[in-house]
Amino acid sequence: MRRLRPGTATDPAKPLSFRWNGTAFDALAGDTLASGLLANGVRVVGSSVSFGRPRGVMSAGLEEAHAFAQIGEGGASEPLMRATTVDLHHGLVARGLSTKGTLVQGDDPARFEKRHGHCDVLVVGGGPAGLAAAWAASAGGARVILVETTARWGGALGRDLELIDGAPALAWVDRITRDLAARPEVTALRRTTAAVSLDQNGVVLVERLPETTPPDRIRPIRRLWQVRARAVVVATGALERGVVFQDNDRPGVMLASAVRSYWHLHGIAPATVVLFTTNDDGYRTAFDLVEAGVLVRVLDARESIGPVGEQARARGIEVLSNAVVAGTRADQAGLLAAARFQAGRRQGEWPCEVLAVAGGYQPLLDLPAQRPDQSHRIVGAAAGQWSLAECLLDGLDAGVAAAEAVGFGSPGPTRPVVGPDWDRSPGTTLWQVPAPDGDETRSFVDLHRDVTVAGLDRALGAGVRSVEHLKRYTLAGTGIEQGKSAKAAAGAIASDRLGSEKPLGVSTGRPPTEPIAFALLAGRARGDLFEPVRTTPAHPAHVAAGAVFENVGQWKRPRYFPRPGETMAEAVAREARAVRTGVAIMDASTLGKIEVQGADAAEFLDRLYLNRLSSLKVGRARYAAMCRLDGTVFDDGVVMRLAPDRFFVTTSTGHAASVFEWMEEWRQTEWPDLEVWTTSTTEQWATYAVAGPQARTVVQSVAPTCDLSREGFPFLGVRPATIAGIAGLLARVSFSGELAFEVMVQSRHGLAVWNALLEAGTPLGMARYGLEALSLLRAEKGYLIVGQDTDADTSPIDAGLGWMISDKDFLGRRSLEMATHRRSDRKQLVGFLPSDPAIVLPEGAQFVADPTQPKPMTMIGHVTTSHPSPTLGRSFGLALVRGGRDRIGHIVHAPLEDRTVAVEIVDPVFYDKAGARRDG
Amino acid sequence: MLQIRCPWCGPRDEPEFRYGGEAHLRFPGNEADPAAWARFLYYRDNPAGAYRERWVHTAGCRQWFHVIRDTTSHRILGSYRLDEPPERAR
Amino acid sequence: MPEHAFHNPDFLWRNPDPKPSYDVIVVGGGLHGLATGYYLAKNHGIANVAVVERAWLGSGNAVRNTTIIRSNYLRDESAALYEHSLKLWETLAEALDYDLLFDQRGVLQLHHSQADVRSGTRLVHALRLNGIDAEWLDTESVKEFCPLINTSQDIRYPVVGAFLQRRGGIARHDAVVFALARAANRLGVDLIQDCQVTGFEKAGDRVTGIVTSKGRIGAGRIGLVGAGRTPLLAAMAGFPVPIQSSPLQALVSEIVDQVLNCVVMSSGVHVYLSQAHKGELVMGAGRDGYTSYAQRGSFHIIEQQVADALQLFPLFGRIHLLRTWAGIVDVAPDASPIIGPTPVENLFLNCGWGTGGFKATPGSGWVFADTLANGRPHPLVVPFGLDRFERGDLLDEHGAAAVAH
Repeated sequence: MRRLRPGTATDPAKPLSFRWNGTAFDALAGDTLASGLLANGVRVVGSSVSFGRPRGVMSAGLEEAHAFAQIGEGGASEPLMRATTVDLHHGLVARGLSTKGTLVQGDDPARFEKRHGHCDVLVVGGGPAGLAAAWAASAGGARVILVETTARWGGALGRDLELIDGAPALAWVDRITRDLAARPEVTALRRTTAAVSLDQNGVVLVERLPETTPPDRIRPIRRLWQVRARAVVVATGALERGVVFQDNDRPGVMLASAVRSYWHLHGIAPATVVLFTTNDDGYRTAFDLVEAGVLVRVLDARESIGPVGEQARARGIEVLSNAVVAGTRADQAGLLAAARFQAGRRQGEWPCEVLAVAGGYQPLLDLPAQRPDQSHRIVGAAAGQWSLAECLLDGLDAGVAAAEAVGFGSPGPTRPVVGPDWDRSPGTTLWQVPAPDGDETRSFVDLHRDVTVAGLDRALGAGVRSVEHLKRYTLAGTGIEQGKSAKAAAGAIASDRLGSEKPLGVSTGRPPTEPIAFALLAGRARGDLFEPVRTTPAHPAHVAAGAVFENVGQWKRPRYFPRPGETMAEAVAREARAVRTGVAIMDASTLGKIEVQGADAAEFLDRLYLNRLSSLKVGRARYAAMCRLDGTVFDDGVVMRLAPDRFFVTTSTGHAASVFEWMEEWRQTEWPDLEVWTTSTTEQWATYAVAGPQARTVVQSVAPTCDLSREGFPFLGVRPATIAGIAGLLARVSFSGELAFEVMVQSRHGLAVWNALLEAGTPLGMARYGLEALSLLRAEKGYLIVGQDTDADTSPIDAGLGWMISDKDFLGRRSLEMATHRRSDRKQLVGFLPSDPAIVLPEGAQFVADPTQPKPMTMIGHVTTSHPSPTLGRSFGLALVRGGRDRIGHIVHAPLEDRTVAVEIVDPVFYDKAGARRDG
Repeated sequence: MLQIRCPWCGPRDEPEFRYGGEAHLRFPGNEADPAAWARFLYYRDNPAGAYRERWVHTAGCRQWFHVIRDTTSHRILGSYRLDEPPERAR
Repeated sequence: MPEHAFHNPDFLWRNPDPKPSYDVIVVGGGLHGLATGYYLAKNHGIANVAVVERAWLGSGNAVRNTTIIRSNYLRDESAALYEHSLKLWETLAEALDYDLLFDQRGVLQLHHSQADVRSGTRLVHALRLNGIDAEWLDTESVKEFCPLINTSQDIRYPVVGAFLQRRGGIARHDAVVFALARAANRLGVDLIQDCQVTGFEKAGDRVTGIVTSKGRIGAGRIGLVGAGRTPLLAAMAGFPVPIQSSPLQALVSEIVDQVLNCVVMSSGVHVYLSQAHKGELVMGAGRDGYTSYAQRGSFHIIEQQVADALQLFPLFGRIHLLRTWAGIVDVAPDASPIIGPTPVENLFLNCGWGTGGFKATPGSGWVFADTLANGRPHPLVVPFGLDRFERGDLLDEHGAAAVAH
């Protein structure tokens, strides 16, 4: 093939060059990679996956089964692009592939983005039916989004010379698209494919934007739209299908409509063509190419060639009726050299450069097939309308109906006059021409997957009777184009070969209709924008102080604050010592905070928490925990009563959202009679724990007017206070066992108050401490962390929180009364001491009673928390152990990979059992 | 992706909501016998077809409400507030 | 022979009409149903068996999963059951005389937080003492084991360690369907496709047969293995099950050169993926939030899991999503399977495998065949009975390693 003239799609004023398999070629703006290759006489674009046979471009669109390319270089290199759907740009680099793509390491500068769209009517397909539908739907002012998968409007009108209202159809296309462009409520997108159908009339679109080589770092190259439409019109048209015959995969065997398309759009034509058709529509290719001076001969599968065939003969075209292609002959390079035919009793061979096959059209319905129960309006060729006039009327009617269905009128559109019209109906149905010699191992049903009729026979012989098994046994229809050209043929040919049994049908297509690059699915959610980072108000100060951060959900929390040269263990020991012997400060702002207000707030909390909170006095705080309905520990925290009808509830960091949602669920769904409101205030408050024997001195210096004395501000007291000039709250709660104050101020003052506290502490050598030291300190006191020292089986009784349970009702109480919760062999939270005080057991290590038992060993518990303690001068930890409280004082064993450690089970409180230090 | 009509905010995309399972369950109270309690905790109706279920508009108004959805097609037949009967679904 | 046709055998199965009655009917011709039929004949000499399938063999989750095989379960009961299955996988290809492309390339579970690490190390210790292979890898070892993973500490959720089960891996799901079906067929089991169960026949509290689109079929014992439709089948038989059916989506890319040498799962950025032998990436994530029988899910789940995957594998940016699909998974409140007798005499249940059914295929078939043959639960599945819910003795596997503080 070569370019004889510029086509309607290409611009001779805009030459460009591209590289294919290392060779530079010239082409024109408007060319696809496939048309650029054909224009340069490139007939072989790849080789077949299983047999290594040469393969050439066989289509002009998304049903392409051969021409796959790796496009671009370096990290921007994209595998397995169909040459027929890649628009050329100057400098594009491509190489041919069989079916396996390559991934290339490197930076990918390209941008991919996402967008939402909302409209009254979405029209999928910019061919005649789709244009007509969009035009009619938008005439009354409805918001319309119209998408067309190719670079041009008009669909088949680009390749089929038709007259509309007495003028060439493309003039009608221009008029309609100009009208649409003038309507402000219309968004018309070319190079945009409807890829995924969502529930409730959602459609995911892939829009391809202009690309450059090298890639642009600013402008996105692709956009993923999520469109919600009130009505959807599907006008995706139809694909021409081929006919299976022996050696039907040779480079040069093409769809007849594709041959016509390359001629009209790109000005490319072969020198000689044999047309093999089952229908009238195929003759268009013959007529159009004859006018270009191409030698064309026709094999018509029908008994009677009809008026169109006669017309061809009258124009001097040789036409054989009742004629089929029985096979092809190749030259030494494997390229098509001739079509072998059988016409009645006559056999023969016609040399040709291209064998154009017109097997009839098949509606392209892969989008609506994804959601068969949605009420999409399918119109035009997609609905089996086989004349242009019907397609246009169908489109107009559907556009009007869709607009009316969503409340927009439409002025009765004038009905275009088409003439003379062509019949695109399938003619005679012919899926396969049996191989004359019976050898079906070269009769390709799925050109992409190299599945042959012989392969189908083998599957049927094995007992396969379902089209889905056929697909899985042979892989027919599993290619990149999802068998757009192969699936129907596989089902039909298999049914035919089985004889009398019912038709096998077509295997199910899966979303998306078109492959979508992972980078586009991720959109901007990559790198720093992958997921939001939550930071506390004092975060900049932590960064400046050299904190090592830990991800806790989306939060960044300081794990420890190493001094130069310090290891983590050294830093944690220093931080912990500061709490025990001096003073230290911790940022606890990530703790969940919920305000619960209303006349029934106390009753509400009583129902949620194990303990009775209605008895809490204003200005007092209480440690409280709640269960799930199944009686396992859900969360714990401190509940503070600020007023008779106002509580300030804290939750663990990880449960802030779930506890809040839990409260709302019960408030709204079960207890709507309660007068109570909840508000999440986690991000409104900055919270700092100042802990250690000298905490009072530090806090007093920033809150000079507040009575912080032991008597004036007792343990578990809460009160408003002015801290560093800022109105806030002070609470005497302690998670370390030392004297501690929690300072709470509004977030916007958080950094200033943090700095003020640090400044106040400097004379006393106040340290910062992070999560590691906190975990150590609270474990020394036997305080648990929900989710670390409890799991999905742990009840509050198991966790040692049974003392909280009051005689009132609360959520989960019923489960705790079940026999299983009273078993003595439940895993209970206890302390342990390794026999060797230098050994720190790994968290997660398992305990056994008998260390000599062969595997599988009977495990009786596991380590939940384990630390070396500078205060205790030894290692220690917490563990969940079966019947643990009864084992206190007993020895169990932790079999590690390299040794077994004996461990004594002890009471979980290791430090200050009397609780004397909390008062300072 | 579903589009769900919040009775308070209007139609919104599914990621704004959280699923809450079967609607119109009765909390049996803490006096329930073991079988009734297990039924309440662990058993939910799971029909093929119209299903009355709960959703909460977590990323919106945070209100719980009811939806009638066909589990075989994901078609939503209507939604209604907690204080409305299913017949009011729209 | 095309290389990609995987040497499928010349003969798979007969397509018989149902006999009037069988000793045992297995309802559900998925992987677990086929395995049950196979082991009934092979282990128990009960070949007068029908496996009844409403569509085509393997049409449910058998062809809608990510083919991951592992036995790294925390609970002793679960570990024993899944390890039994993994051991069977190790000899299954030989037993079935079929190349299943079973490949023990290792399952790597990445951890991204200290809370993750705690649950990961707990799992390693528990598995080791249960006699199941398990290793803990630090970040450097992760990089060594799977160099493709982005172990940079600068990403949003850096890899801080990983659990590795070297004996874990993948197999080719279609081959497993074909192989089990062929083997069961060879042993005389009738595989009856396109046969929908519409009711159960009972005599008092005892089941005596099924009513189907192909007529009534009598049975001595009946096993329900209808993942994705369990609640409907149970309702037909007259008892409720604590199962919710929800979509679990997965996706596959186009075929690319082999680059990924193991199965990678990530608990922090929730995604799991592997590269199949043909070269496509197979990827999955969490369930959709709602109940469904529609075998499709919501697309934002796909978008999110791909974004998650690109965190770990920036190299995959330009690879294409080719197909997505959804299976309907049975999920029990504790995410563990339910196996054993039902309130109906002679009717047994095998369901609730949730998102993990593929790996359990041979183990599930083995224990369920034993259960059906002997009319009592196989010792390994005693804790997995339907009665555990009323007792409150749940086997919470996904919550066993609880959430972050």
